[in-house]
Amino acid sequence: MTERTDPRLGANGAFGFLMFGGVLLLIGSYIGLFKAPAESFMGDVYRIMYVHVPTAWNALLAFTFAFFCALLFLLKGDFKWDSRHEAAVEVGIVLTGLLCTQGPLWAKPTWGVYWDWDPRLTTTAVMFFAFAGILALRRFVDDPVKRATWSAVATIIAYVDVPIVYFSVRWWNSLHQMQSSPETVSAPFLIPLRTNAFGVLFLMIGLIMLRTRIAALRLEHEMAPPLPERKSSPTPTLATEAAR
Amino acid sequence: MSALVAAISKELRLQWRSRAQWLAVFSFGASALLLFSFSVGPNYELLRGNAPGFLWLGLLLSSTLTLSETFHAEMEHRALEGLLLLPASPQALYYGKALSNFVQLTVLGAGLVPLMVVLFDAPLPRPFALLGVIALGAAGLSAPGTLYAAMTYQARSRQTLLPLLLFPLVVPVLIAAVKATSLLMLGDPMGQVRAWALLLVCFDAIHWSICGLLFGRVVED
Repeated sequence: MTERTDPRLGANGAFGFLMFGGVLLLIGSYIGLFKAPAESFMGDVYRIMYVHVPTAWNALLAFTFAFFCALLFLLKGDFKWDSRHEAAVEVGIVLTGLLCTQGPLWAKPTWGVYWDWDPRLTTTAVMFFAFAGILALRRFVDDPVKRATWSAVATIIAYVDVPIVYFSVRWWNSLHQMQSSPETVSAPFLIPLRTNAFGVLFLMIGLIMLRTRIAALRLEHEMAPPLPERKSSPTPTLATEAAR
Repeated sequence: MSALVAAISKELRLQWRSRAQWLAVFSFGASALLLFSFSVGPNYELLRGNAPGFLWLGLLLSSTLTLSETFHAEMEHRALEGLLLLPASPQALYYGKALSNFVQLTVLGAGLVPLMVVLFDAPLPRPFALLGVIALGAAGLSAPGTLYAAMTYQARSRQTLLPLLLFPLVVPVLIAAVKATSLLMLGDPMGQVRAWALLLVCFDAIHWSICGLLFGRVVED
């Protein structure tokens, strides 16, 4: 067991990140909804891309961060990495949940169905349930050391799916389009996309920092529960000793 | 190496002595196959087409019964601690358990095949190739399954937790195994079996190495 995690760790600046991310997301969404031109094939439906793509990027980023936190916990045994790991997995799941909600909303008018069993969608669903299982594991283990170690191990194993999600559209024939790059996206589309990508990134960082703080505080409480209140007489002070 | 051989022989001896459990797991798998057939009705075309999927779902569901009991003997009277005190690496213990689970699942899968042929009128033109696919799929289930069994056996609600962790992880195994089995049984005009078998080999190689490396951390902490 290493020294205790500072419960204030990660709290400073979290609200700054959240506010900055929120403002960027508002600006990016405004440009995407009202300034960017309609797409030639999909019309206005494509505008969901400005939240869908940044959510996807940042979900993969959150799980990648969780993977490195898990690895560092196993290597160093420092519980600050466990708190960060828990936060990153949870935020990653929220983002993947949002991703799996936005995707069908875009798919229905363009593909004709809400869900298609293509490699990208299938691997994303697998990723969601694999990491949700890790959160369940954390809830079912009471010992903090075992909880941290086992969930770190499970994260490293589950992370194998993350590169598969990213490369699935290249490796297999997929209905889902391949990754875009600045060469394949027009400049008017690129500005709101990048603004929102940074907006979601800062929101994600802020949420991870706040969630890390909650995890660290809970861990402190678990490792050193508060002593029961004593009903005995107060400790004698110097003044009372002197009076005797 | 001698520790690994000792671990495997111990596991196989234990399994042989508890062969009543094998029968129970096989009965569970067989009844699962029977229940799956009710979902499509007495349509032999549909049953034949769905037979590979039913076989692998039956094996997957049965595997949770086998895997969840992997550490039963070690957890009684804290025998695991005694094993870890022996001058042998935890990897030997892991690979002994995983190989024993692999053997059990392969035998179970092979045992369910004749039932599938009878119930679903499934063709069986390449039985030995199918046995190879079953072995690859069983290896894919047993490597992560053994590691997760070590974790979940010590946790609350282990019967819920093991499938919750294992099922999403083994989706690639399920997809590749069902596809390969289907191609072997129903025809493979494009010669795709090799590619799906390769996917299974890759999954097995990754998980047998990663899980073996991480097992020490799971049982020692």
